[in-house]
Amino acid sequence: MSVFAVILGLIAGAILMIATGNNPLDGFYFLFRGGLMNIERVGNTLATATPLIFAGLSVAFAFKTGLFNIGGAGQMLIGGLCATAIGLTFDWPKPILLAVIIIAALIGGALWASLPGLLKAKFNVHEVVSTIMMNWIAYWIIFYIVPQYFKGPFLETESQRIPAAASLKVPWLTSLFSGSFINLGFFLAIIVVVISAFILERTTLGYELKAVGYNRDAAGAAGINVNRNVILSMAIAGALAGLGGATFYVGFASNMQIGVLPAQGFDGIAVALLGANSPWGVFAAAIFFGILHTGKGFMNAMTAIPPEIADTIIATIIYFAATSVLIERNWDKLLKFNRDNLLRRKKKESLEVEAGGDQ
Amino acid sequence: MVDLIYQLFPYAIAFTIPLLITSLGGLFSERSGVINIGLEGLMLMGMFVGAYVISSIESTYPGTAVWIGLLAAAFFGALFALLHAFACVTLNANQVISGIAINMIASAITVYLARFFTGSGNLQIIRGMPRITIPFLSDIPVLGRLFFTQTYATTWLILLVLVLATFLLYKTRFGLRLRACGEHPHAADSAGVNVYLMRYMAVMISGACAGLGGATFIVTLSGEFNGTAAGLGFLALAALIFGQWKPWGILGATFFFGFASTVANVSQVIPVLAQIPGIYLKTFPYVITLLALILSSKSSQAPKAIGEPYDKGKR
Amino acid sequence: MELIVEMNNIRKSFPGVVACDDITFKVRKGEIHALLGENGAGKSTLMNILFGLYQQDQGDILLRGKKVNIANPNVANNLGIGMVHQHFKLVHNFTVTENIILGIEPIRALMVDTRSASARIEDLSERYGLNVDPEAKIEDVSVGMQQRVEILKMLYRDAEILIFDEPTAVLTPQEVQDLIKIMHNLIEEGKTIILITHKLREIMAVADRCTVIRWGKVVGTVNVSDTSEEKLAEMMVGRKVLFDLNKIEAHPAEEILKIENLSVRNSNGMLGLKNFSLGVRCGEIVGLAGVDGNGQTELVETIIGLRKPENGRIFLKGQDISSLSTRKRIETGMAHIPEDRHKHGLILDYTVQENLILKNYYFEPFSRNGLIDWDYVYAHAEKVINDFDVRSGQGVEASARSLSGGNQQKAIVGREIDGNPNLLVAVQPTRGLDVGAIEYIHQRLLEQRDQGKAVFMISLELDEILDLSDRIAVIYNGELVGVVNASETNENEIGLMMAGGKRGAVA
Repeated sequence: MSVFAVILGLIAGAILMIATGNNPLDGFYFLFRGGLMNIERVGNTLATATPLIFAGLSVAFAFKTGLFNIGGAGQMLIGGLCATAIGLTFDWPKPILLAVIIIAALIGGALWASLPGLLKAKFNVHEVVSTIMMNWIAYWIIFYIVPQYFKGPFLETESQRIPAAASLKVPWLTSLFSGSFINLGFFLAIIVVVISAFILERTTLGYELKAVGYNRDAAGAAGINVNRNVILSMAIAGALAGLGGATFYVGFASNMQIGVLPAQGFDGIAVALLGANSPWGVFAAAIFFGILHTGKGFMNAMTAIPPEIADTIIATIIYFAATSVLIERNWDKLLKFNRDNLLRRKKKESLEVEAGGDQ
Repeated sequence: MVDLIYQLFPYAIAFTIPLLITSLGGLFSERSGVINIGLEGLMLMGMFVGAYVISSIESTYPGTAVWIGLLAAAFFGALFALLHAFACVTLNANQVISGIAINMIASAITVYLARFFTGSGNLQIIRGMPRITIPFLSDIPVLGRLFFTQTYATTWLILLVLVLATFLLYKTRFGLRLRACGEHPHAADSAGVNVYLMRYMAVMISGACAGLGGATFIVTLSGEFNGTAAGLGFLALAALIFGQWKPWGILGATFFFGFASTVANVSQVIPVLAQIPGIYLKTFPYVITLLALILSSKSSQAPKAIGEPYDKGKR
Repeated sequence: MELIVEMNNIRKSFPGVVACDDITFKVRKGEIHALLGENGAGKSTLMNILFGLYQQDQGDILLRGKKVNIANPNVANNLGIGMVHQHFKLVHNFTVTENIILGIEPIRALMVDTRSASARIEDLSERYGLNVDPEAKIEDVSVGMQQRVEILKMLYRDAEILIFDEPTAVLTPQEVQDLIKIMHNLIEEGKTIILITHKLREIMAVADRCTVIRWGKVVGTVNVSDTSEEKLAEMMVGRKVLFDLNKIEAHPAEEILKIENLSVRNSNGMLGLKNFSLGVRCGEIVGLAGVDGNGQTELVETIIGLRKPENGRIFLKGQDISSLSTRKRIETGMAHIPEDRHKHGLILDYTVQENLILKNYYFEPFSRNGLIDWDYVYAHAEKVINDFDVRSGQGVEASARSLSGGNQQKAIVGREIDGNPNLLVAVQPTRGLDVGAIEYIHQRLLEQRDQGKAVFMISLELDEILDLSDRIAVIYNGELVGVVNASETNENEIGLMMAGGKRGAVA
């Protein structure tokens, strides 16, 4: 199904390239080359993929428990704000500072997302609508807090640069990938993927969360505390997105821009869908999108194709991921149906033969 | 204070109108049972098409370009919404995911095309909708100044749409069937109503309305397409819920949001308001919507079958 | 006699199942023709084909001797076929009139003309003795009235062939009598009725002829006057059916469940259960009889802890459990077979083994330190499905969704009884099952009782209540009407009590 959606997404991209008078083969060649052609670009691809892994895990984790977390963008902003605030405020040794930054981003995201969780649990407020509202609230909070408290020296619209001690970038990694954006966030992402997979598959916590996700009523009737799990699930999803915010704002980037909802929050939905909501699937899907995002600038430089082609492809993949499950299911049904019919016809024929033999 | 209200009112109304029409579009879609998170993207599509059409023909047809732009925006909005309808109605896809995809496709493809056309990705229009003062009516004390001075023709057009929409939903055959599809599609189906067709029409109406809303925003307030609808579509969605899926409730909610947003936008130049931190004013509509959701959670008027794909086989 | 409907060699298959296999079904004009079969035998599918909701794969349909192609319900309506579905197809916030005219709305000056429609509905209602208020909103009227609205819907469309799909499931025995009267009125006015049901007694009471279907095939068509309940049952099930369970005498001991003056609000905020008191003792089955929607759901949800009582208390083993969580109640020894196995009983996307630990995954030996011991879970599941005869294609690793309804229910019963509960709250434990599974589950419930455990059974099937219970409590409009010993009562008395009549009112 995922492959199917990707192919359709790429086809849609190709059509758009053709429609604007470009050769799609050239376009795709430079797009992928731009994401993979040397060690620096590979590093950038992984760095770009890092927040996507977190955002994708966030959506996937909530989805496993039957919740739709559209608030990834807002949770990333809050996580990023916590990380940036600590990075700009304290002057501690790097290991301690990074540990505190990560924990703060995690807690910030978790708290931000547990409010919609609470509203869902207590008042049955649909989390889709409440997380959208929370996104915009986060957007405006950043819009006013950053210039007021963390204003950069040059522009009103961004924070100061965080000091090196507060950045997830480390010199050895940067030089290993010849100057790329790659940072410790990527390793944090791998650790979190492993932990998520373990929680979902092996633990009673994962069993409970999935039970609530698949069938809230049956879980409740069996004595599982549904409300607690809903809040917990949103908090975990928010924590994951908050971590993603930290890896984006104090890892990939070095400051916060205001007036932007991070696109990763929404791309995370595509990542989760494409990764079939499994942690390692999310990991792979995020790397794929990382390639697209890293390569689009190079493609734009080498051809006349605007870089938004990458976003178009990702958006189309979401669309097809949402629909291809059904296309495929119907396809399966059709195949099975035909097979059944065939079997039945054969059986009928053999019966008729037998009947014929009696006469 | 009174002067302040007189000053703000035309802006508040101008801000309300695009929200109102978009929200009305959402009303049709959701009343037929299809969630439309994609309003933001549909609006953006309208902004793009409106700005593009107007900017390319306004030197040739200075007077009518604006209207042609609005019409084109509505048309392409409906066409683009077809994508949502196809996913939700024909393929039984998850309506929320489809809506998100609509938003993302809209923001990617419009910027892609705008960049292709202009290089910068911004589309400016030179002549927007003119403000008119309606003779005689504007002489009515108080009300005249509030409602009939400095108005846009689109305002009256869209208020007319509101009246028509109310009539259509509650008095006509189309409306009865549409509402039945949103409440109990199996009942509608067994009474011979084509649920799929009704939902297609409803989603396309929502696309046309949202497209019109986006273009209206361009020709009245912003004057340019810059690649984002800045959350207006989500605000319209919030107004739909806050207005409890009823046309006049939506009018109230959008005006409330329109007024609040206008106050927030101009707060810095008005001494009385400058004292209130912008953060409160800007987050106000969203916080209010969350509160409204909590308060209405016990007695929500949401259509019963909203979000459920209609599957003939399942009964 | 003139044939009005002929369905010849109808075949319809869905992915994986053949619902109708070469069915031939003929109805005479002016008769009440019953269509009998177990759940899933293919009755509803056949009638949905006649009503145009499905298309047959093979075979043809003749109406009044002419071949027809019923592509959708509109065509069926135009041909004079109407259907009252088992689950009413009514829009809750529309008026009676709006629901009836939906799809064929009369128009005046661009607007829907509800006034003239209401007048016509008023007339029809009077003519057939239906007593329906055209201006009432559906959400405000009783289930019985909703059914009459459905009947009016057919009459408004001038239907001549009326299909009733399990119409008595939601009615009290007395309301059933009213419905039978209405059916006779309809026949007198020249209508033809097809009655889908699995209840033998109703067929004997009302039908002229009966066609029996088993596993998608016609077993035969008989004149009701020439047959008996036993013969019909045998045709339906394919073997002799034991009408009597081997039930030994009960030996009730101490009271284990005590419900004291319980009042509970329903989802609309009204009191759904009013001052309800009842006790259940070890070693007995107490059956709660009542028409659907009279407070059973509120009662059960409050007993298992999903709903908070407004007033009153519940004791289990002498301990006040009114404010305990569902889990605490389960740990105190309560088990629950829910009414809707898909909604409350199983997690369909979980495997069988995962479903079987739904209530005990969190303690040893199923898990240790928050980590599930999947090997133990597997072994446990194997044991339960063997003990309870749960048949599944891929064993315990099959998804619960892939099991048949009967096996799903057996898995639930297995899970609940395996926990060795002191009290088993069984709600509609055999709903929608075939006779084999019903007998099996009834036996297991009796076994619980005979082992000295308490069973509190809530059922809408009066026969089930009468067969299994030692004592019968009757609920009406959220109140306890009375409690009677099963050996000292009969269907008639319980039926009157289900309509709110106090005991002793029966002369």
